[in-house]
Amino acid sequence: MNIFVCIKQVPDTETKITPNGDGTYIETSSIKWIMNPYDEFAVEQALLTKQANSGSTVTVVRVGGVKDTEALRTALAMGADDAILVESDDNLDSFMTAKALKGAIEKSGKSADVIFTGKQAIDDDCLQVPQLLAGMLNIPSVSVVVGCEEASGAFTLKREVEGGALEVYEVKSPALIACNKGLNTPRYASLPGIMKAKRKPLAQHSLADVGVSDADRRVKYSNFQLPPEKPAGKKFEAMDEAVQASVVAEVVGLLRNEAKVI
Amino acid sequence: MVNFDLSSEQKEIKEMAMKFAKNEMMPKAGEFDESGKMPMDILTKAWELGLVNTCIPPEFGGTGFSTLDSMIITEALAYGCLGMNTTLMANDLALLPIALGGNDEQKKRFLTPFTESYKIASFCLTEPGNGSDAAGLKTTIKEDGDHYVINGQKMWITNAGYADLFVIYCTTDPALKHKGISCIVLDDKNVAGLEIGAKEKKMGHRSSDTRAVTFTNVRIPKENLIGNLGDGWNLAKMTLDHSRPMVAASAVGGAQCALDHAVKYAKERVQFNKPIAGHQAIQLMVADMAMKVEASRLLVYKAAWLLDQGKSNTELASYAKAFAADKFMEVATDAVQIFGGYGYSSEYPVEKIMRDAKLIQIYEGTSQIQRLVIAKEIFSRS
Repeated sequence: MNIFVCIKQVPDTETKITPNGDGTYIETSSIKWIMNPYDEFAVEQALLTKQANSGSTVTVVRVGGVKDTEALRTALAMGADDAILVESDDNLDSFMTAKALKGAIEKSGKSADVIFTGKQAIDDDCLQVPQLLAGMLNIPSVSVVVGCEEASGAFTLKREVEGGALEVYEVKSPALIACNKGLNTPRYASLPGIMKAKRKPLAQHSLADVGVSDADRRVKYSNFQLPPEKPAGKKFEAMDEAVQASVVAEVVGLLRNEAKVI
Repeated sequence: MVNFDLSSEQKEIKEMAMKFAKNEMMPKAGEFDESGKMPMDILTKAWELGLVNTCIPPEFGGTGFSTLDSMIITEALAYGCLGMNTTLMANDLALLPIALGGNDEQKKRFLTPFTESYKIASFCLTEPGNGSDAAGLKTTIKEDGDHYVINGQKMWITNAGYADLFVIYCTTDPALKHKGISCIVLDDKNVAGLEIGAKEKKMGHRSSDTRAVTFTNVRIPKENLIGNLGDGWNLAKMTLDHSRPMVAASAVGGAQCALDHAVKYAKERVQFNKPIAGHQAIQLMVADMAMKVEASRLLVYKAAWLLDQGKSNTELASYAKAFAADKFMEVATDAVQIFGGYGYSSEYPVEKIMRDAKLIQIYEGTSQIQRLVIAKEIFSRS
């Protein structure tokens, strides 16, 4: 089985995000990059699927800058067989990213039997690439997947919906599966795994190599700004019984006129 | 030229080991400190991921890490829990004499099983009457046919209650001092005459297992002797050149953890209408702590780097051990101070770290012994 995993590298969740000087993107120089947490579930599910199907390979694909390749190396150290990096320092939109991933998968010479992705990236939260990629490849896709069983190329997928209920889907390969938290427990990259990862193949392509140009851009990012600072909370002293009635009236007045919640 | 940058692989190793420390060790550190039990699940998981026994060469199933790599791993594991790290690090301490001085047959017989499943080893040097004066040890070794016979008592032996293998320092004649010392491996924990004492109750490192070990006419096959009779002192010194920077690395990990806790708390704790991080009294303390951690780390890296370059590091190993241990104690004490009353409570993590810090100034050569080693090196130069 040819298993593909698409991963994104995102700022560490503890990173303090600030817009860059001209507001066209975020300041990236001081960011510590990690693999998108939802993509870790995708890598783990790919490795589990490989373990259950001898002779399978796991190829991990990423679109992004070359400078920090931590996410790809982590996936290789966890046990993926090879990696493809489509280089781009630009801030791509979802359509361009999906098209680049499609191009990279096709360029690998292997037809994808299954593609695993995270359900969303935690940086821009677009939730578009998995569905766009499946659409471009004309294969079915299921997202928010929390249960995945495979038997001879057919997947039984459980998907979370409103109210904690589960929808169950039967999907035949080839298919795209977008993974959610709860699907599995991602393994650690072992130290021998980290050493072995050095010798695993990593192909590099430009955007042009995979057929993507700026003409594919659907969304132009015009401005990044921080949300307005929250004003400090108000404290009311009402220990003294004599003032309690007037304090309550004041609080109600503020809730009605200032906060406009009642 | 000087290059302070870790390789991309070392960064990944650090990242992975820190992730393990934060996700697996830290959440359980308090619980096992309180119960004093060995966290076998966590230790086994660390072994599965290749974080243990880093001294085993690749020819014998090991990972082939440099000394510097193993410092990076130890620092991360100590960040997670000093006690658990002592258990893991004690394996390397015990296996190092075999890796450094054993023949190929011994390495295959003793080291390779440690790469096949999680096994535990004990380094038996210290005795009830001989701590800093290690060369004065009194456990004896006598030839008897194709065996050696061991008699004596060892004290403060880490891992003793769980060990599959004991590396024992003993002497043909206590009067010969360091020239009479030999190093032999006991790989049969059921041998007649081996008695493991009760678990010691300790101030810190409470999840690590520390006991007395008594040998009464314990017979060990001759082929278990590392090197020749009388090679033991040199083997112990070579081992300490590796293990002292490692202990210093654990001090750096513990100190970094105490510092990180203190910084986080200082940003949250409000006094006089602002976070205490905004008060200069706290800022000056935190700045001192950060300097101490980084200076300690650089000494550790240099002591390890010298070994990786095949150069003598005895003096630097003692610099690193004494400095990092003493600074760790200071940093941990200051972390408790910054936490104030909460720091004194075991509900908060820095109380344990302060108790754990104290041992680093004592084991693997006290801070005072390190200074004597340093002075000896200085005055022995012509």
